[in-house]
Amino acid sequence: MTDLSVDVQGLGRIYKTRGSPGSPGREFSALTDVNLQVRRGELFGLLGPNGAGKTTLIKILTTLLSPTSGSALVAGYDVAGESRKVRPRISMVSGGEASGYGLLTVRENLWMFSQFYGIPSGEANRRIEAMLEVLHMSDRLDTKSAELSTGLRQKMNIVRGFLTDPEVLFLDEPTLGLDVGASRDVRAFIREWMKEDPNRTLLLTTHYMVEADELCDRIAIINKGRVLACDTPENLKKRLQGEAIFQLEVTPVPAAAVTSLESLPGLHKVTHHEADGRSRLDLVLEEESALSSVLAHMTGLGIHLLSLTKREPTLEDVFVELVGTSMEEMEHDVSGGA
Amino acid sequence: MATWLGWQIESNWTDPLLFATYSIIKPLAGASILVVMYAVITHGNFSAPMFQWIYVGSALYLYVGSIMTGISWGVVDDRERYRMLKYLYAVPTPFAVYLLGRGVSRFITGSFSVWITILFGVIFLKIRQSPEHFHPALFVVGLVLGLATLASMGLVLGAVVLTLKTHTEQLGDAVAGALYLFSGAAFSIAMLPAWLRPLAYALPLGYWLEVMRRSLLGPPPAQFATFAAWSDGQLLLALLGFAAGYALLAAGTLKVCVHSARERGMLDQVSNF
Ligand SMILES: Nc1ncnc2c1ncn2[C@@H]1O[C@H](COP(=O)(O)OP(=O)(O)O)[C@@H](O)[C@H]1O
Ligand SMILES: [Mg+2]
Repeated sequence: MTDLSVDVQGLGRIYKTRGSPGSPGREFSALTDVNLQVRRGELFGLLGPNGAGKTTLIKILTTLLSPTSGSALVAGYDVAGESRKVRPRISMVSGGEASGYGLLTVRENLWMFSQFYGIPSGEANRRIEAMLEVLHMSDRLDTKSAELSTGLRQKMNIVRGFLTDPEVLFLDEPTLGLDVGASRDVRAFIREWMKEDPNRTLLLTTHYMVEADELCDRIAIINKGRVLACDTPENLKKRLQGEAIFQLEVTPVPAAAVTSLESLPGLHKVTHHEADGRSRLDLVLEEESALSSVLAHMTGLGIHLLSLTKREPTLEDVFVELVGTSMEEMEHDVSGGA
Repeated sequence: MATWLGWQIESNWTDPLLFATYSIIKPLAGASILVVMYAVITHGNFSAPMFQWIYVGSALYLYVGSIMTGISWGVVDDRERYRMLKYLYAVPTPFAVYLLGRGVSRFITGSFSVWITILFGVIFLKIRQSPEHFHPALFVVGLVLGLATLASMGLVLGAVVLTLKTHTEQLGDAVAGALYLFSGAAFSIAMLPAWLRPLAYALPLGYWLEVMRRSLLGPPPAQFATFAAWSDGQLLLALLGFAAGYALLAAGTLKVCVHSARERGMLDQVSNF
């Protein structure tokens, strides 16, 4: 066993879209020069907005997609050249999709899959029962998976990933589309599984900041195919420690006013959300004393303060710091452009 | 395991009527059309050896469609409907083994159609064979070699389907339908235009049907003299060659196509239909 469960060096992936008659084909760089090391025993998170390239990276690491450039080792083996050695050691689940054989029961779906890995039948059944118990769905063992709700189906798929006790487990957006309770179950399940054996490694992707923060030992922030930062959640947030972060609720702010705020001295960054006829402004100040001039400026514009809180930096702030816009705005841009 | 899955999928007819339609009525309807055509051409001369030859040949030909479709359809089905192909591809069990397993389940349902059709012929159309013409050994060896070759052809098709983006459900049946003309099932290969004949000889289907029909019915009738000069042993040897050749072809095609699918990210693609 190697100490690095995942070792990615200078990885790139280009998608070629075939042109239709009249419009030429285009090349799209989904991953650019990605370097990433995940140590054995780590719970590692890839955090980034939709379209960042997270799924592409997972597909390369699970041997489903070949890289265009660079190399990737998983469990010590090259995903391109030694994929047959990689496969028995890994497992993968993508959230947010309804996979599985609807006409088989939950038990049958899971049992069949365990057989492809050569797990003895009795052992497989024991594991299936224990895992479904933890996820509060023991009563669905003999339900046909077509009759399950989307959330339960996704839980079943997550069990499938854990069932074969992989050395390295990849979860692509495991809680995507799940309700609050189910997400909590899944996160608890992930933590439990990691605790059971210090040699297990788990790499998950998410675009939920809070999930990455509370679950992962280390996080890589990825945007537009590039890894922008990679560290523990605490260290990432420490980058902003010198700065003061305030959250303001104010009467509606015109877009032009936001722009004028941005040019104020001492104001590092401002993000703006509209909700329920109010505006929420997140201000990152170089130092606390800059707050008074910001408030004075707003009063001059006829904007009234409704509430004001000082808060600790979050990963959201780290993302804004690194990318320049909030992840929410990123995703608007992406869907608007597509 | 893959066979078990395939069987669960194949046999899951919520409606037994649907099962009857697909496994019994459809092949029988096909046989009936054949019978009517034959009747029109020969004025109802069902007792001629030629009729038995055509009938049994066409019944056995049902295996071609069911096995080739079974394997190639498994690819589409797992990828598009069940969204499982990417997970199955990433398991330690070789992908080809999985696909072949799916094919085996189709062999079981296909056998159902084949033998129902033949039984129908025996009961209603007075298809008869004298026991001295039945060669069990030839039958078994011929069947095994033929099915192995069909499975390889199915793998080739499945591999190609893997790299196609279009709606490819019917490809197996379509290919089987097109090859029917070259199989000598309904008319002798010698009746094909000269420029098409080489293709028929390059395919294993004609040799296979000849072996199978000889094992069940005895020597071929005068109208089907294509392989008259070939001994049973020579035919089996040819089949063995085809089985080996097509297995190599399948391994090669699968390798190339899986590689290409990985390059293009198609193992988990879902077409828009
Ligand atoms: N098969 C494909 N062909 C062309 N472009 C693709 C393909 N798959 C993904 N992309 C593009 O690559 C980018 C990254 O996608 P993806 O890895 O799915 O991101 P994420 O999982 O972070 O949301 C997106 O802009 C997406 O449109
Ligand atoms: Mg994704």
